Amino acid sequence: MARTFKGRPVVPGNVSAEALVTHSGFNTLANLKTAGSFLNKKGVCNDHNNPEIYGKLMPGKALCLPETIGSTTGGMVLYCASCMGVGPACMLFSKKADTLAVAGAVLTANWSEHPIVLVDGLGDEFLETVKEGDRIEVSEDGTVMVLDR
Amino acid sequence: MILNDELQAIKDGRQGEAMAKVLNTLVMYGEAFGAERMVKITGDMGHAVIGTGSLTWGPVFDLMEELIAGGALPKQSFTTDPRGYEKGVPASAAQRLMFKLIFSNQKRMEDEWQRMGIKDEKAYTCTAYMDEVGNIPKKGDILGWAESSAVSYANSVIGARCNRNSGILELMSNILGYVPEFGLLTDEGRKADWIIEVKCDKLPEPQLLGSAIGFKCIEDVPYIKGLDKWVGTELTQSVKDYLKDMGAASASNGSVGLYHVENLTPEAVELGESLIKAAAKTFVIDDAEIARVKASYPVTWTDDEGAPEIAFCGCPHFSILQLKEWTERFSEGLEKHGRKTVAVPTIFCAAPDVKDRFEKKYPIHAKRLKNMGVTVSGLCPLSYTSNPLTEKTRIITASNKLRYYSKARFFSEDELVDIVTGGELNGKDL
Repeated sequence: MARTFKGRPVVPGNVSAEALVTHSGFNTLANLKTAGSFLNKKGVCNDHNNPEIYGKLMPGKALCLPETIGSTTGGMVLYCASCMGVGPACMLFSKKADTLAVAGAVLTANWSEHPIVLVDGLGDEFLETVKEGDRIEVSEDGTVMVLDR
Repeated sequence: MILNDELQAIKDGRQGEAMAKVLNTLVMYGEAFGAERMVKITGDMGHAVIGTGSLTWGPVFDLMEELIAGGALPKQSFTTDPRGYEKGVPASAAQRLMFKLIFSNQKRMEDEWQRMGIKDEKAYTCTAYMDEVGNIPKKGDILGWAESSAVSYANSVIGARCNRNSGILELMSNILGYVPEFGLLTDEGRKADWIIEVKCDKLPEPQLLGSAIGFKCIEDVPYIKGLDKWVGTELTQSVKDYLKDMGAASASNGSVGLYHVENLTPEAVELGESLIKAAAKTFVIDDAEIARVKASYPVTWTDDEGAPEIAFCGCPHFSILQLKEWTERFSEGLEKHGRKTVAVPTIFCAAPDVKDRFEKKYPIHAKRLKNMGVTVSGLCPLSYTSNPLTEKTRIITASNKLRYYSKARFFSEDELVDIVTGGELNGKDL
């Protein structure tokens, strides 16, 4: 069964991807600081403070989250992950996206060949509904469909 | 967003393609937050978050090269975050080789920074607002800085106005000389969403109090009551150091970019409780909450029974007063335990300018530190832990920021001093 949510397309785009879900703040630096280098070629999430996603693969995922937290390197870490092909396909926020996540997505939209689509304001119910591995369809107008595996 | 004539000309490409792209990036960023205009940066200097030439950040250095080639250069001088590794900090030959590899963009980055007009070769620190470094904004200045702890300090302790900008965007803001007006740049955005009532029996350690605030407020603005009971109402260097460490902790567990402290920080003194939003929630932090936060930190050492191998103090970088006071704490600890040297190799991290001044102003303390086996370095301890060959190193720290981003084990300041100077942990000799 598909559930549909409507958010605000901050960096719009059409994406089909598998969900990776965190219910607590996503610390971009802690997760992706070495992603794409020989230290973490596959782009594994490395934040040991977040057991929900620790050790899971990021590349091409629909990252479903409430907000990002932590270092102001956050936007450029997303930009680097995107340039190296290990970033998320999209970031789907239940709350309003913060400055660092928006910066990262805006940088990829303007300076990278792999823009990260960003939709925010999807509401708490979105994060209560979506499960890891669900198929996610994102439309340019900010509509997000959650399809069961 | 409405652009003035100067910015419209840039958008139209009259200063080249790179500048137009920089402008478009900042406009898109601002529009996401409802900014209706760009405002001029009024601070004298910028501050960037890019200080390590990390291998992973190659795309950033490519982008910087593209900006330089396109003539898009900063309007003003700037400081930036600390370097990743410095000679003199304990590391095996293999670890040093790995540092060279993982920071293989260091020379390239420093060359690019030089061409972009960095203050000088000592401008690498997360605490550029120290007197010895001299990047000190004025109250009310509009800034385009990055570095979470520096943004927090500039907003809260100085009363400047700065959003939590990301790396690269801080550079682009400095290049354009403008930032989009939203969030912490506006009066409304600086109002408090939370009242934090500190009801501890003694002054909590700043890193633990900040940690508790970060967990609760995430990105909201807190108005902190009850701290002036211990720290007073004057922003002495000692109080500024406390707030520096508290703010850094709340900016790493959460993303707090501004806090007000009743009767102490400039806007709280000026505007009082009118800074608190009508719908603000209240949260009480007592000794039990501080203990709960500390107990929640995971111990992620591979061998959690092993002895600590290195201790880092000064994340964010120490002030000159902290260098002096921590030297005295270590001296007293060694005397108490009947030792002459520390049992765990220890690094005190401070800005290069602060370190130089410390050595000149307090030569006896500096000599004492050296003799007891403590190294003073300008490196970033977080970057030290990026090395896969130091990942299993059993690091101890009293910094919440360092423990968050690495496998360093957190101890309170008193505990850390006791371990390092006493040579004992959990009843076992080190």
